[in-house]
Amino acid sequence: MRVTVIDYKAGNLTSVLKALRHLGAETEVTDGDLSVVDRTERIVLPGVGHFAATARLDATGLTTAIRAAIGRGVPFLGICVGMQWLYAGSSEAPEQPGLGYFPASCARFSEGSEKVPHVGWNSIEARAGSRLLAGVEPGEYVYFTHSYKAPVTPDTAATSYYIETFASAVERGNVMGVQFHPEKSGETGLKILGNFLTIRAKGKQC
Amino acid sequence: MLTKRIIACLDVHDGRVVKGVQFVDIIDAGDPATQAARHAREGADEIVLLDITATHEGRATLLDTVRRTARELFVPFCVGGGIRTADDAAQVFDAGADKVSVNSAALANPMLIDAIGRSFGAQAVVVAIDARRDPEAADPVRDAQVFVQGGRKPAGRRVVEWAREAEERGAGEILLTSMNSDGMRTGFDCELTAAVSEAVGIPVIASGGAGTVEHFVEVFGRGKADAALAASIFHFGVSSARSLKEELAKAGIPVRLPC
Repeated sequence: MRVTVIDYKAGNLTSVLKALRHLGAETEVTDGDLSVVDRTERIVLPGVGHFAATARLDATGLTTAIRAAIGRGVPFLGICVGMQWLYAGSSEAPEQPGLGYFPASCARFSEGSEKVPHVGWNSIEARAGSRLLAGVEPGEYVYFTHSYKAPVTPDTAATSYYIETFASAVERGNVMGVQFHPEKSGETGLKILGNFLTIRAKGKQC
Repeated sequence: MLTKRIIACLDVHDGRVVKGVQFVDIIDAGDPATQAARHAREGADEIVLLDITATHEGRATLLDTVRRTARELFVPFCVGGGIRTADDAAQVFDAGADKVSVNSAALANPMLIDAIGRSFGAQAVVVAIDARRDPEAADPVRDAQVFVQGGRKPAGRRVVEWAREAEERGAGEILLTSMNSDGMRTGFDCELTAAVSEAVGIPVIASGGAGTVEHFVEVFGRGKADAALAASIFHFGVSSARSLKEELAKAGIPVRLPC
């Protein structure tokens, strides 16, 4: 399985690459070579950083190439900011649009007695029928580190609770995202990445 | 529900795990990669590797150790010791660390926190603070002092103020070590941990003094810690993170179980 990992210069790709390779994937990194995206079988958009960094995807033409690949039915996984990018945008960088594949926008956790960012291991409750989260039992733990989150919508594949209930995973067709870091979430995380590598691409998206 | 983290700490010298008692006596406790894998398998929520080799030649050894340790580790992995520049940090990230911990170098040059945070994100920057209560001060907790050089030299900063500055500059977490309790197994400094945790909006990892399960219950309760670091309690088969967490769960502390 050939997996393209998108590098938009917002942090460190080593852990994601290591986990994908551990699962037997052949990884290829691109920071702007669109031909790589044009012939790939899977796309992973990692992210540890600021939503504004996704501006680089627009500048390099990667946004257009990714949109086309999604249109061809290539399975896509966004991680953390990579998941948030699938929505219309985020209040972290209001001037920077996301892909808009999922309606709704991401916003910061409300300040109160709890600390923001949300850092650590929290449980997820997966929706029945999620292909990405197949085999993940209710209450399994995954590792989070973020201050912005996506709201719960009909496309939400899993929810978690911190300050409020938020979408910890999203999935429609072959397009998926996780707010947590599966590459840092032990056996549960590897199971989720393994699901992403083995699911069959459903028919073309539009 | 967000759980409290139990973090296994490996003090590494010349590529071997060692454990100091009050930063002085050193006992050999094995290969870092093997130890890290074992702790992760036995339920640790995160691994911290602190390199106490201060030599230039030690850097290459450290990067090799980080690479070998990270290879099969799929929980968060933080590396500290000898990181003086953003380039040092970049090398450690390239070798497979998810976070770096900075201490003396950040005190000498606080802009280091901003620089690493800008390039790698706040979640990747842990500011480690070695703290010592000042018994002469009017308020030994609020006036606790930051120490450098393995606890030998006062940095001339108050702990709570330095923690606040670190957060403002873009630190993602504070690793607070009580020099008074380190290695003593007499319990964490809960008052000091709570003072720092209340002063900042980022997670605080308590360190120094763990000896019993009750010490962890106290630091997560009264000490308001988000995570706790332990070295000696895990070594030499004293306990495992899993058995520790099972006991914490019985005491009502939210922890990641099964793990």
